[in-house]
Parts: sequence; structure tokens; C-alpha cells
Amino acid sequence: MKDIFEFFRLSGEVLYWIFVGPFRGQRLKFSALFHQMVVIGVQAWPMAALTSLSVGLTLAMQAAHELSRFGATTLVPDLISMSLLRELGPLIVAVVVIGRSGSAVTAEIGTMKVSEEIEALEVMAINPVRYLVVPRFIAMLIMLPVLTIFGNCIGLAGGWIICVTSLDMSTMSYIRQIVETAQTFDLYSGLLKSTVFAWLIIIIACQTGLRVNGGAEGVGRATTSSVVVSLLAMLIANAVLTGIFFIS
Amino acid sequence: MPDPIIEVKNLVRTFGQRTVLRGISFNVEKGETLVIMGGSGCGKSTLLRHVVGTLRPTSGSIKLFGEEITTMTNTELAKFRLRCGMLFQSGALLQSLTVGENVALPLIENSRIDPKIAELVVRMKLELVGLTGFDHLKPAEISGGMKKRVGLARALALDPELLFSDEPTSGLDPIMTAVVDKLTLDLTKNLGMTAVVVTHDMVSAFRIATKMIMLGVGPRAGTLIAEGTPDEIRNHPDPEVQQFINGEPDGPVPLKLSQESYLQHLLQRPG
Repeated sequence: MKDIFEFFRLSGEVLYWIFVGPFRGQRLKFSALFHQMVVIGVQAWPMAALTSLSVGLTLAMQAAHELSRFGATTLVPDLISMSLLRELGPLIVAVVVIGRSGSAVTAEIGTMKVSEEIEALEVMAINPVRYLVVPRFIAMLIMLPVLTIFGNCIGLAGGWIICVTSLDMSTMSYIRQIVETAQTFDLYSGLLKSTVFAWLIIIIACQTGLRVNGGAEGVGRATTSSVVVSLLAMLIANAVLTGIFFIS
Repeated sequence: MPDPIIEVKNLVRTFGQRTVLRGISFNVEKGETLVIMGGSGCGKSTLLRHVVGTLRPTSGSIKLFGEEITTMTNTELAKFRLRCGMLFQSGALLQSLTVGENVALPLIENSRIDPKIAELVVRMKLELVGLTGFDHLKPAEISGGMKKRVGLARALALDPELLFSDEPTSGLDPIMTAVVDKLTLDLTKNLGMTAVVVTHDMVSAFRIATKMIMLGVGPRAGTLIAEGTPDEIRNHPDPEVQQFINGEPDGPVPLKLSQESYLQHLLQRPG
């Protein structure tokens, strides 16, 4: 309960520094933002690509196998595009980012806390939330949706490999079918989801990092808990959002 | 007589069941150098953290520049911190930045200073602590003593009116210790800076102090057992103070348990 309160308090503080801070002479540091975008987003692309490709391939294989029993293999691209854009794309990319970037953020901030660096910032009248959390927050909010679009493309390419090689579908007809069945709402809902995931992941990661105490062991414990809590929060949010978007 | 720069009254701090500071009071006037002494783990660093405002006391009052800081919000406190510099025991440099960027950090983050001027200030401050030419290295690439000196350069970056140092000379060689002591003396004598220094190094303590306080250990833990000028401390009647400043292994602060209590402790069953 206290953690949930803390989550909203930290979110509020971050929003304050983004929207009100600049008018009080605390400008955003773009160099720090770009650095975080590279660390959090750009460096995660190989992993995101590999995972999305694997998901696209396996999805297409399963779909082809099952749908061939009904002679409905022409629906394979529809199934791939829908499940990737709406559900699996945002989810898989978020899992990758939690494992690689969320944990890294917690470990980094936790180590800074343990080695008195956060306290040193405070004593220098530098707000740790503004200096450390804000660039990471904005970077994550930009990069996770971007990675999701990228992952969607790679996943669709995975589906294409299966459709062309084992279903005798032409590249043109695969693309045409994807474009025709995929609705813009599918893409938007996926992107909205990934934005919510980004918010959850980065605030939880920073919050757990800032709360570390007890040396190297504490940092390890915090990193584990950051990953577990982020995953849980993301899965719950995913179910709720799917409910809102597609059931109601 | 002007208001003291630091005024601490009846400072009490408990951590759970343990009371670390029990009713500490002292004043520091402008231009003074206060040295806080005491055995390891007696609460010196905790005391310092309260005066800087990173820890809040359980009860008591702390005034900096005549204003009560214990009830301030962090935003109000931030204004006071621009007038203070603090050197941490470990240096507390940001590992992701170079030495130069670390020293420039308070300048760049707290003012709209031209980067070229910031660079100039960084070079001046690094020269003060004898580290010219090291500004492009990362903290991981320099020694512990050097980190501490970079920490001092960073603490001095904003030309503070009040400098807090947590063991500034531990881990430094005798020459560098003398350099850092002379720097503190110059700043307080010539520029009117006030300094609060926590140290174990008695040579350095008597060299720079204009006022000393000592925290007790054992039954008198968390209280002030001595307060005065260096001469008063040197001639203090309290045997614990004498044992501490002369560095004797045995005295009122026992190194070892007595024979009976040693046996008792040894044969005690766990739990």
C-alpha cells in the first residue's frame, strides 16, 4: 500500500520537474536525455529484435499448422498482425526492457545510493529526482513505444518468412493482407499500452533504486525486486487495458 | 556579538531502539574551525549529517546562519546548501562523470554559468588540491586519497561560506595532509569561511582547530564530554580525552574485557 502511494508521489514529482521545473530555471539537460535514450532504448534493440523475430516465427508456425486443418491458411497473416500489434508486440518488448534496462536502472541508482552519491547530490542542492529520474523517465517513455514499433516490424517479418517459405504465399499478398486487416486502432492500442508499461517500469525501477540500503547485497535484492514487481505490474496493467480496449 | 553561524541545541537522535545522540549543544562562530572528535562509531558522522540536514533529528534544534533548518522543506533547505560545501568520507564522487565534470557539477546545475568559465573554475579548484591535469579521468581510475581531494575541490566549487569535512585527511600522505590543512586554514583565516571538520588525525586536528568538541564512548556515548579551544582540550582533566588525544591503548576506554567478564562472554550460549 505504501509502495503504491510512493509510486504516485514519485510520478507526481517527476511530472513537476518536467512541466513546472523549466519555468523555475531548471532546464532539462538534453545531453543526459539522449545518453539515457541510447542506454535504455538503442542498446536494447538486438535483444528486442531477436525476441520479436522468434515470436513472429513461432506464431506463424502455430497458426499455419492449426489453420491448415480447416483449410484456412489464408488467415495466417491476419492472426499474426492482430496478435502482434495488439498483445504480444508491446508485451514481449516490455519484458525485454524490464530485464535489461529496468534492472540496470535500479542497480545503477541503488549503487549510487549505497556509495553516498545521492546524498552528495542533495548536499550540492541538486534534486536527485530531477537529476537522475527525469532523464530516464522521458527516455523510457519515448524509447519503449519506439522499440515496440520496431519489434512489431521484426515480428511481422518473422511471419512473412514462414508464409513465404511454407505456405506458398507471395510477398505482395502477405503485405497487402497485413495492411488490409490491421486497423490503426490495433497499432494505437498497442502503443498506448507500451507507454503505460514504460511509465510503470521506469518509476518502479527508480523508486526501488532510491530506496536501497545495506550495501552490495541490498543492491542485488533491490534489482531482483524491481524486475519482479515491474513484471507483475505490467501483466496486471496489460489485462486491465485489454479489457478496456476490446471488451467494453 | 553576531549570531553564530551554527547553533545546535539539545540534539537527540534515535535509530529504532538505539539512541545515538543524546542532547548535544554547541555553537560555531564565523571564521572558526570546529573539530569534532570521538572514537569510531560514536556518532560523529551522524552529527555532521544532521547539521547538513540530510538526517532529521528526533528532537532538538539546529540553526544555520540564524535559521532553523530542522523544520524546513527540502526546497527551502536547497537554498542554504548553496552556501555550504561538504566533503564526504569516501569522496562520494559520481562514478559516471569525470573528475572535471564532478567538480563542475554544482556550478553547472545551480547556475547558468558559461561552460568555459566553469572549466576555468574547475582548473583553479583542482590546482588548489594539487590535482592539475587529472580532470579527464574517471573516479575509478584515481586513488582513494585523490578521490577525497577531488571531493574537497567539488565542495569548494561554489566558494562556500561553510565547509563540512568528514575525515578530510584519512588516507592522505603526510604532505597532502599538510596541504589540505593549510588550505582549510587559508580559507578560514583569509576568506572568513567557517569549517566543521570530523577527524581522527590528532596532528591535523590541533593544527587547524580553533574550537574542539569530543563525543564520548561507552556509558557516555552520544554526549559531549569535552568542549573548548585546542589548548583547553590538550590540558583537559578528563582521562578519556587524554587517552584519545595521546592515543593510548588502555585507559578509561578499555581495549579488552576484564578477566571475569571475558570468561562470562566467552562461555555465554548464543540466544
